[in-house]
Amino acid sequence: MSPVNYVYLAALLFTIGAAGVLIRRNAIVVFMCIELMLNAANLTLIAFSRIHGNLDGQIMAFFVMVVAAAEVVVGLAIIVMMYRSRHSASVDDASLMKL
Amino acid sequence: MESLIGLLVGFPLLGAAVLLCGGKRVDRTGHWLGVLLAGASFVVGAVLFLDMLGKNADERALHQHLFSWVPVESFQADVAFQLDQLSMTFVLLITGVGTLIHIYSVGYMEHDERRRRFFGYLNLFLAAMLLLVLADNYLLLYVGWEGVGLASYLLIGFWQHKPSAAVAAKKAFIVNRVGDAGLAIAIFLMFTTFGSFAFAPVLSNATEAGEGKLTAIGLMLLLAACGKSAQVPLQSWLGDAMEGPTPVSALIHAATMVTAGVYLITRSGAIFNAAPDAQTVVVVVGAVTLLYGAIVGCAKDDIKKALAGSTMSQIGYMVLAAGLGPIGYAFAIMHLVTHGFFKAGLFLGAGSVMHGMNDEVDMRRYGGLRKYMPVTFVTFGLGYLAIIGFPGLSGFFSKDQIIEAAFAKGGTQGWILGAVTLLGAAITAYYMTRVMLLTFFGEERWRQKTPSADAPSAEPAAEVHGEHGGPHPHESPRSMTIPMIVLAFGSVFAGGLFKVGDSFVHWLEPVTQFEHGHPPVSAAVVTGATVVTMLVGVGAAWLQYGRRPVPVVAPRGSLLTRAARRDLLQDDINHAVLVKPGEYLTRGLVYVDSKVVDGLVNGTAASFGGLSGRTRRLQNGFVRSYAVSMFGGAAVLVAATLLMRAV
Repeated sequence: MSPVNYVYLAALLFTIGAAGVLIRRNAIVVFMCIELMLNAANLTLIAFSRIHGNLDGQIMAFFVMVVAAAEVVVGLAIIVMMYRSRHSASVDDASLMKL
Repeated sequence: MESLIGLLVGFPLLGAAVLLCGGKRVDRTGHWLGVLLAGASFVVGAVLFLDMLGKNADERALHQHLFSWVPVESFQADVAFQLDQLSMTFVLLITGVGTLIHIYSVGYMEHDERRRRFFGYLNLFLAAMLLLVLADNYLLLYVGWEGVGLASYLLIGFWQHKPSAAVAAKKAFIVNRVGDAGLAIAIFLMFTTFGSFAFAPVLSNATEAGEGKLTAIGLMLLLAACGKSAQVPLQSWLGDAMEGPTPVSALIHAATMVTAGVYLITRSGAIFNAAPDAQTVVVVVGAVTLLYGAIVGCAKDDIKKALAGSTMSQIGYMVLAAGLGPIGYAFAIMHLVTHGFFKAGLFLGAGSVMHGMNDEVDMRRYGGLRKYMPVTFVTFGLGYLAIIGFPGLSGFFSKDQIIEAAFAKGGTQGWILGAVTLLGAAITAYYMTRVMLLTFFGEERWRQKTPSADAPSAEPAAEVHGEHGGPHPHESPRSMTIPMIVLAFGSVFAGGLFKVGDSFVHWLEPVTQFEHGHPPVSAAVVTGATVVTMLVGVGAAWLQYGRRPVPVVAPRGSLLTRAARRDLLQDDINHAVLVKPGEYLTRGLVYVDSKVVDGLVNGTAASFGGLSGRTRRLQNGFVRSYAVSMFGGAAVLVAATLLMRAV
């Protein structure tokens, strides 16, 4: 199977993730969609690594995973705090920063 | 002797400073201080005059360099005086008549609580006028020129609580400004042409400059003269200037300041001699004004305005004579001096009449006053005989000379000018006889009840003095009659004195040059014609105003009379030609400013405001909308990158 198909799959996953971020209101779901986008990016990195025959992309993917893990820790903490204070996990409710 | 010249200006200047800055402390004695300092200036002038008489004609001019005012490289502005025969003539006229009018004002302004200020202004005027005639360069002359303008403005508007006086003062100031601009431009031109504006270098090198430049300088000088001397087209201010106190009208608007234009033209004779085109314009202006003033003088019922028309007309004679070149300069100045005497005398007489008649100025409400004011009648009468050119009196000699010189211009021009001056003489005789008859002869019209037709205008005056049922004409106090008597002597004898052996002409010859004009007909014929036209004028006036009773309310009159009452529509013309277009122009500019300029500025500001108002809505606080803009931006970047690759 040609590795290019993995790139198509990554594009599909990224699109689903982006649509989820834009459309869904639930902060948890939005968060999961962001993860989806990150993993789509990882998939492209690995696919291109395979296509070009070197390991740069795979190393990059490990970095992304580490950053994503850290992000999950901080992001989930924020969502939990938000839910505690507002009893809601909707991102539209957190719109106090507008002018 | 040179050091005395500064005192001529210094005395009145000191008086002005003390009187205007002294405040109430000098209220009681201030007017006598003013008289004293004017008199001191006259004495100094007389001493200098006697000294000058003792010298040879070529050595008479005195120079005094006071200090360098603005010494910058080639631009040397000095405060320096030059006293030659021409200046001397003016100094004696200004200080002499000025002192007399100061004395007269003591009586005339007796009941005015601002008398001290009045004398301060009068002294200021004397100082400025003396500076004008004593300056040895055009820049210093300009200082004096502006100074007399200021004094004139202050004195016309002396009774500034009357709106008419305040408006008249403003009008005089603004109209004069046009002329002043002309003088300033003339000085600029002189500096660029000759590299100097002192009399000596400019006038002695005048012939070396091109005729075009000289014509330009001459025309600008003429514009200045028109403003100051109330010549057409800048004549409109003089009639209204009669709102000022009568001594002011006598001193400034009859005898001295208004003749400054004639002085300027005569002083700049070398420029005009080399610019025949400018000279022609001068002559035309003089001729037009002399007829204009005379016609206006015929129609006015206000005694001072009639005399103002006459002043314009007589100055028209002088300007015309000055425009004739070396055959006319001396006669212009001679008429100026005799006119200074008799016109000042006439104005003082008019003031005396008004003083005795509760400040009534309408001649139709005078009549038969010769019984009540004998001194005023005799002095006014002598001034009257002098101005119409009755043989033997001073106006006869000076005016006759101008008429001769006009004929001597030669060719068709000479005939036209001669005819105009003769016609002017006839009209002069007509309107002056009218003034005389209306004021001193005929029925005592002031006894008549005010007709109801114009009751509203006359009522306030009637109320104030109503308990006596009309004015009680009486002779004025001695401080007023003595100056009138002295001026009457001048009106009678000055001309003859100047004429004997042509002494006046020889006196001025070193400054103004002199050529004998040769009229196409003999001088005796011209003199005869002058006398005949004068008698015709007198006769016509007598037929109209002496033989028949004069109605108290002016009849409607012919079209010309009505136009002349409105100063031959001068104000309407100024209004239509200058004021209205000016208003439209400013209105247009205001429109352009508010719509186009402001529109541009405000429009830019508003569009940015609107744009940012729209942009602000993007900051709605919703995370998802920020995410959309991020995705959008990323998509654009990707698209742009791909596009660049493809290209």
